[in-house]
Amino acid sequence: MEKLKNNPVVKTIGTQRLIALLALIVLFAFFCIASPSFRQYTTFVSIMDASYYIGFMAIGVCYAITTGGIDLSIGTVLVCSSLISGTLFVRDGVPLVLCLIICVLTGTLFGLCNGLMVSKLGLPPFVATLGVMLVSKGFGSIFTKAQSVSWPQVGQNGGWFRYIFKINYTDVAGNQYLVPTGFILLMIMAVIMSIVLNKTRTGRYILALGSNKEATRLSGVNVDKYQTIAYVFSGTFAGIAGLAYAAIYSTLLPGAGGGFEMDAIASVVIGGTSMAGGVATIAGTIIGVYIMAVLKTGLPFIGLMNYWQQLITGVVLVIAVFMDVYNKRPNKRVKAKKSISPDGLGKGKEA
Amino acid sequence: MGEVILKAKEIDKSFPGVHALKKVGFELRKGEVHALLGENGAGKSTLMKILTGIYTKDSGSIVYEGREVDFANPKDAQTAGISIVHQELNLINHLTVAQNIFIGREMMKGEFINDRLMNEEAAKLFKLLNIDIDPAETMGNLTVGKQQMCEIAKAISKDAKVIIFDEPTAALTDSEIEKLFIIIRDLKAKDMGIVYITHRMDEIKVITDRLTVMRDGEYVGTAYSNECTKQEIINMMVGRVIYEEPKQKSNVAKDAPVVLEVKNLNAGKMVKDVSFKLHKGEILGFAGLMGAGRTETVRAIFGADPLDSGEIFINNQKVSITKPIDAVQYGIGYLSEDRKRYGIILDKTISENTTMASLEKFTKGIFIDKKKEDKITQKYVDDLKTKTPGISAFVKNLSGGNQQKVVIAKWLVRNCDILIFDEPTKGIDVGAKSEIYHLMNELAASGKSIIMISSELPEILRMSDRIVVMSEGRITGELNIEDATQEGIMHAATIVNEG
Ligand SMILES: Nc1ncnc2c1ncn2[C@@H]1O[C@H](COP(=O)(O)OP(=O)(O)OP(=O)(O)O)[C@@H](O)[C@H]1O
Ligand SMILES: [Mg+2]
Repeated sequence: MEKLKNNPVVKTIGTQRLIALLALIVLFAFFCIASPSFRQYTTFVSIMDASYYIGFMAIGVCYAITTGGIDLSIGTVLVCSSLISGTLFVRDGVPLVLCLIICVLTGTLFGLCNGLMVSKLGLPPFVATLGVMLVSKGFGSIFTKAQSVSWPQVGQNGGWFRYIFKINYTDVAGNQYLVPTGFILLMIMAVIMSIVLNKTRTGRYILALGSNKEATRLSGVNVDKYQTIAYVFSGTFAGIAGLAYAAIYSTLLPGAGGGFEMDAIASVVIGGTSMAGGVATIAGTIIGVYIMAVLKTGLPFIGLMNYWQQLITGVVLVIAVFMDVYNKRPNKRVKAKKSISPDGLGKGKEA
Repeated sequence: MGEVILKAKEIDKSFPGVHALKKVGFELRKGEVHALLGENGAGKSTLMKILTGIYTKDSGSIVYEGREVDFANPKDAQTAGISIVHQELNLINHLTVAQNIFIGREMMKGEFINDRLMNEEAAKLFKLLNIDIDPAETMGNLTVGKQQMCEIAKAISKDAKVIIFDEPTAALTDSEIEKLFIIIRDLKAKDMGIVYITHRMDEIKVITDRLTVMRDGEYVGTAYSNECTKQEIINMMVGRVIYEEPKQKSNVAKDAPVVLEVKNLNAGKMVKDVSFKLHKGEILGFAGLMGAGRTETVRAIFGADPLDSGEIFINNQKVSITKPIDAVQYGIGYLSEDRKRYGIILDKTISENTTMASLEKFTKGIFIDKKKEDKITQKYVDDLKTKTPGISAFVKNLSGGNQQKVVIAKWLVRNCDILIFDEPTKGIDVGAKSEIYHLMNELAASGKSIIMISSELPEILRMSDRIVVMSEGRITGELNIEDATQEGIMHAATIVNEG
């Protein structure tokens, strides 16, 4: 173990990310062996389909988590944005491009609400975003008058927007061609947001305030602003996820979306981002997303229902985080010190 | 000493339940080092926080460079050229040293942060200051002393005209203090105004030009440092006379039983083959430079860190201590040097903290007996003279020294037989110090045994019955108080081990 830890490859990738990556490979290999029908191009496309909306949500919520907070509203905000913009297009005839923009901006707006409530009003993130979760859920239904919304299909007027995420083309001979274009978009976004996190001031301050808010404030950083920005990212990406969801699935139901956020949050944590804030990785998050997507797609192939996905995700999550905690223990004495308070009660604030 | 650069007039500030500053005045000139002195809770840090835009004043005025100013936030003060090294470390453990130093004013290459350049600049800065720290190291991995040096480097790198040091030496080794003084003299030569807050009387003559004393939120007076004696300063601070008597001979009987024996203890890199005995009623001083492995040794004994090998005997019984709760059950109490991190829960009240380690004594059935809790807490607040508006005040609102008293109360309530005091008077004023010394002597006289880690030699010599000296993880000397001298201890503390 000691040797493994000092291996340069392991060091650069990071233990937890490596474990997550291995878990992904093992899972994928397992499904390939267990089910012959899993080993197909269409399955691969299904995995991709499932990864987009979770992926965009995860990239966004990773920022909220980095501040030491959480954003529970992303799942319902996803559905709400998609419902509003879809209704505007289908019912009210607003131009499609405008609707796409509105979808993303609705997410941004909800994110801004979350951010201001947390930073300016000082509400605990859990509470603020729980409130917005309920508000966005209700608002979506009210706006659509509790009607479901079907975004245009390929071939219909405006159906082209689905090509942003998936090209689904049938030629005259009846051959179907599927190209998962959304993967490219997800990767581009992941790279951009990874650079923002690690190379720009915005990212640096979000990491810093997640690690020690008071110290960051005393360094002359406008912490309220950057805390708000983190939630704005979270909301905006929920809006983008709303588009991805609309493009992949046919119908949106008002009141849905609760629970989506848990898939995204689990992806972030499996990837190695700390729930305590200050430590974050977008690359790890993407690995986490694909673990979720492979599980979601693969389990039905071996005859297991949806709830098995939740059970197994839970186990993977706990194992991944435990391995990380365990690994840091013996070598990094300084780290270990922080989690043990010598008054015998384990009540250190940083624990 | 040049013209006045910063002047505070009639500053008034109240917190809920505390009138922290009562029309306080303060004046700083260019090219001077101005000591700000006062007991714990006198209001020194509060005044400085008002000058740097962290707190807002209730009334009064601040004139900086001839103009009246009112800083709304820390950034405004920084931009104007006032920078501060806070009493508490304010660092971001997950970022690197260089990233910490330049936070809020990162060096950019277009839109992107230029970490390489920041590392180079930090390295230059450290070289200039003669400090040996790797700029790319993660802050959380440094010792407290080095972290403090980073704070100082950060403040200096800001091109300030006024620098405030709030107890900078509390966590520094003697050699680091030397370096700091060289740095301060250099800043002074550049005509900067420097405010220097300290509880170490010896430093006043060495480094400061003038001094201002505060007491209970009031301005007492300003004087030239070389014109008053230590005793005069102390009298100004406490308004009463305090005597200091170093210990002449051990108070422990020759045949006092051994209560704690440690044999060949090894733990991590910092504890190598440590053996010693602690007798009943003894105060055993642990001397050494910062980073000598003293804290690591007691943490291993206390079960806070795993030990690799070695044996521990309590009352001649071999015991196995793998976690702090084991140690507590054997009657060992530990007062950490870093109370903010380990010793205390800042968001809880004084009474909650006081009973934290012995809550089982304060329960009636499944409920906490609030009356009993409050009674005991009040007793210790009175005994230790903790300065607070009441026992239900939050610990985070107490001054540093008063927080330490709460930690001591916590272990006294627990009624431990073996008490480990790790830098017990760090950041504590002279008045409170002598109260704590008195208390430790009383505890020892009542049959408790004490291990006291201290980096202040006068404190070691004044309190200990016997002294153990550590250097680089090993015990390099053991002296009886009768034979101990500062020179003897320093000699042992600087022995470098081979291998
Ligand atoms: N944020 C706060 N809220 C309430 N009370 C406070 C706050 N900050 C300080 N105080 C109170 O104001 C008084 C002055 O505290 P301050 O920290 O300025 O003392 P100090 O002179 O720096 O003491 P020390 O030497 O112990 O650091 C104390 O009684 C303290 O309890
Ligand atoms: Mg102070």
